[in-house]
Amino acid sequence: MAYINVPEGVPGIRALVMFRPETGKPLYDLAQVLLRGESPLSEAERELIATYVSYLNDCTFCMSSHAAAARCLFSDNKDTVDAVLKDMQHANVSEKLKTLLHIAGKVQILGKEVLPEDIEAARKLGANDREIHDTVLIAATFCMFNRYVDGLASLTPTDPAEYDAMGKRMTEKGYQLPTTG
Amino acid sequence: MPHIDVDRNLPGIRALMAFRPETAAPMGELANVLLRDDEGLSMAERELIAAHVSYLNDCFYCHQSHGAIACEYLDGNKDLVEQVKKDYNSAPVSDKLKALLSIAGSVQKGGKYVTPEQVERAKTLGASDRDVHDTVLIAAVFCMFNRYVDGLAATTPTDLSTYPPRAKQVATNGYGAHIFSAKQTVV
Repeated sequence: MAYINVPEGVPGIRALVMFRPETGKPLYDLAQVLLRGESPLSEAERELIATYVSYLNDCTFCMSSHAAAARCLFSDNKDTVDAVLKDMQHANVSEKLKTLLHIAGKVQILGKEVLPEDIEAARKLGANDREIHDTVLIAATFCMFNRYVDGLASLTPTDPAEYDAMGKRMTEKGYQLPTTG
Repeated sequence: MPHIDVDRNLPGIRALMAFRPETAAPMGELANVLLRDDEGLSMAERELIAAHVSYLNDCFYCHQSHGAIACEYLDGNKDLVEQVKKDYNSAPVSDKLKALLSIAGSVQKGGKYVTPEQVERAKTLGASDRDVHDTVLIAAVFCMFNRYVDGLAATTPTDLSTYPPRAKQVATNGYGAHIFSAKQTVV
């Protein structure tokens, strides 16, 4: 049960932003612009970074929901998502994306873990400033969302079908502040 | 040197926000709504939580900036700010705030480190659900800001005299777009 009196039966971050919509609004706006706005990284790649960081932070709700969204976005290559979570370095993604996921993994530990050589490795494979910026900010943002959700012990569904429905909604509608569960 | 090509005349997060105004806008709004609020927790208490978490995350720019802003709200009591950052248990702050700082410290490690006992203790000492919510969210938000700043190796002024002038501006005008767009001389 959540640590605060949030709407009953509403899962994850949705219950928290319904409890306090004033902060919920900029949180959803940030997710929308960062994961759905213009970027040299595809929506699938950005959701994958979000999923990977949430996995490293052991946040079941965020990992499962963003993994579901990433699977929808990767469509025919949806197995990529689970392959990355299982063994990122050997997954069927570009070498460039691996270097970005590596940077995201460093950010998950702490900002200062990102070293010039990590950035250099990504640049050598073609990553530009915007891709590096978006990778670091997505990773940092999920270090926030993960802590927000688990730090208040928000409801985490255990039925995979619930996450599939969330992933579909996140893919089709993006991130809009919820007013109902 | 920053990892990406940002304006060298802007310190810390401000250079990053100027690099990408589209993501800066909701982040500025979030900081404003969450930190510029006196309901339940005072603005000083909110900045103390932010400074403490930033200190735990070893983010020099953020703990100096938010420590300086807290100082503005605390009539310049720098000693109190430093004490809360490093060892709040021995600081002359309320037991309720100590209980909330303990929750913030757990959030810094990871969401699951927060225990029902910690929350219960804070509530026994008078914390409302909203206070607990805001504490967890402030701590989580600074786990983001700190990583954003250090993860891109944003410029961090080492001259401590550069922080209070900026803090005065925030204490007067709040957070928002002006944070990264206003002209300033702090390097």
